[in-house]
Formats: sequence, C-alpha cells, structure tokens
Amino acid sequence: MRLIKSTLSFLTVIVVALFSFGFINHARTPLSFGEGARVRQPGYNVGDYAADFKLKNIDDKMVSLADYTEAIGFVVVFTCNHCPYAKLYEDRLVALDKVSKKKGYPVIAINPNDAASHPEDSFDNMKKRAKDKGFTFPYLVDETQEVAQAFGAAKTPHVYLLQKEEGKLKVVYIGAIDDDTENTKKDKVKYVENAIDAVEKGEKPNPDFTKAVGCTIKWKS
Amino acid sequence: MMKSSIIKTGTLFVDRGLMPFLFLLLTFSFVSSAQIVPVLTFDVFQKHLQPANDNDTVYVINFWATWCKPCVEELPAFEKLNETYANQKVKVLLVSIDFRSQYEKQVVPFVQKNKLKSQVMLMDAQGDNDFIDKVNPAWQGTIPATTVIQASSKTNKFYEKQFTFEELENIIQPLIKK
Repeated sequence: MRLIKSTLSFLTVIVVALFSFGFINHARTPLSFGEGARVRQPGYNVGDYAADFKLKNIDDKMVSLADYTEAIGFVVVFTCNHCPYAKLYEDRLVALDKVSKKKGYPVIAINPNDAASHPEDSFDNMKKRAKDKGFTFPYLVDETQEVAQAFGAAKTPHVYLLQKEEGKLKVVYIGAIDDDTENTKKDKVKYVENAIDAVEKGEKPNPDFTKAVGCTIKWKS
Repeated sequence: MMKSSIIKTGTLFVDRGLMPFLFLLLTFSFVSSAQIVPVLTFDVFQKHLQPANDNDTVYVINFWATWCKPCVEELPAFEKLNETYANQKVKVLLVSIDFRSQYEKQVVPFVQKNKLKSQVMLMDAQGDNDFIDKVNPAWQGTIPATTVIQASSKTNKFYEKQFTFEELENIIQPLIKK
C-alpha cells in the first residue's frame, strides 16, 4: 500500500513537472489582445487540495503542515533571499504572520531555489536572513524542488492560502501578498489578509487569484 | 528649437515632475547621443500591444529589469535583432519594469552604459496588478518575458524564457513580409 502511495506521488510529481515545463516554455496564442481570461495554471489551482510536505526548517528540524494541529489554515509562501521582490516583502511577511497566526493561519515560508546557481539562497544564508529579519515563521528549504513543483509555484514571492477542510488542505487563494510591491501606497489592497477575512466569514475570497511580478524560481538543471 | 522639442518629448512622460531631469537628460543626449527613456503608465504602454489590424510590422516586445540577471544576459540578442533587421519591418521594444523610483538611479545609467540602441521604455505599472494578464493571460509574472506581435497575420506569441539571437530569428523570420 505504501509502495503504491509513494509510486503514485512520484508519478504525480513527474506529471506536474512535465505539465509545468510544457506550460512555461511553450508559446500560447490567446484569443485576442489583452483579454484577461483565466488560464488553468500548472500545479494547484484555487479549489484544489494541496498535499502535505515535510521540509527542513532553518532550525534543522523537519516541518510538515500536519504538525500544526491547532491551525485552521496556512499562508504558504514561496520566497528566497536573493530576489529584489522577495526582499521587499520580508518585513511585510513578518507583519502578515503576526495578524494571520492569531487567526489560525500561520505563515510557512519555503525557499525552492537552487542554491548552486544562486549561492545567496543557500541554507546557511537562509538562517542568516531569517535571523537578521526576525522571521517569526518557519523558513523551509525545498531542496528537491518537489514541493514547489507540486504547488505549481513559478516565482518568488508566490503565496498559496490553504484552509483545512475535513482533514484536507483546500487552496483558497493564490497570488500576491498585496497590490503594492514597492510598498509606497497608503491604501494598498492586502490580498492575503482580505482572503483570510473572507474565508473566516465563510465567503469566497475576492479576488482569489492575483498576479504580480516576481523572480523566476531557479530550477535545478 | 530646443525648448519645443522638450515639450514634445515631455508629453511622453506621465510625471511632469520629470521635466527638469528630462531637460538635463536631453542636454546630455546631445553630447552622448544616448536615447531618452520614456516612462509610461500601463494604459499608455498598452497601445504598443495593439497595432492597427493591417499593420504588418513585427513587434518584438521584451520585458526586463536591470536587477534581472537572465534579462540582462539576453539583451544583446535583442540588440542584435534590432540591428540585423533595422531595414525591415521589425521593431524591438525593451520594456523595463524596474520601479519608477529606480529610473534615475538604475535604468537611465544602465541604458547609457550599455549604449542600448533598441527603443527602451520604463513601464510604471504600480497599482495595476492586472497588467500581467492584460499583456497576456499566459504570463505567470516572471521575467524575462517576450511577446511577438504582428497584427496583419493575427500573430500574438508569448514566451516566458531567456532567448538567444537564433531563437528570436527563428520566430520572426517567417513573419517578415518579403
């Protein structure tokens, strides 16, 4: 049974990997210019159920979402050390965790980047960065990049808001943290916080999917 | 003569506060012949994505930023494309998505230092998080990203990858009207 399960999950990773590879590298011709139609994204889409994972935290302990028995959900964010956009959001991630953790949605940060091509994203540098920035949340390393592939994460930062539903993890929001990467607007729209508020009320987040510019995840070649 | 050209170019700018800087830049440009980099809002920029139906020019529009390593690495390929097809209906646009606040500090010095010949512009899309989908729904939001548009053949290709010159040539050659 176990063998079947692991074979299945391995196959899933392969399928997801092939799928995302195809999606990212091949051109697509949309129907018309500037049409904002939703394209099915590789990996998880809103409404899908996410699989749990087990990754190493900067304190060298393994973390999986199942460890958080009290949590109602999670703010899973793919981020890294080197990307200018990820850097801009570090302080705001700490602030977000402060708010979301209280509501039962702790932030779980994951660095999926290949440290061989980007040494700034190494495990040791993750430890330093988390200490310097006072991260209040786990900062996990996705060394095999399988978690990022399963999620369909494309960039850093890239947020997936998960909500527990009958023991499963439902994806309820995917996208940006807010609408103000450079952090210059007073009246910024805090997408993730708003999504949590909506889910708390039993509503569907609006928007439940946003796009913002980020740095490509550095895949191992 | 100089004054009128400033005003004319100034209409390209969204932010009128740039005028004194533009004046300096323009003065400087007479010496160095470096190109002037306009700053556009997405709405203004969007016109470049929508050429008239009978327009058979091949527009190669590359989204990049000074901080993006693979983008900077592929810029010479776009420059070569621009140079090689200078006498044909091919137009290369290098659209920087650096932050507006980096315009003076990063973008202009970068364009001058690297003597970029293709048309460079800075797109200030701050506050318009839909711009990624408006460029192309297939865009995940990472750079480098490139779109190739030829209205007359209804071509609208989109790529989220790093290009070589040969790859670019293979895309545009079948589109160029002989």
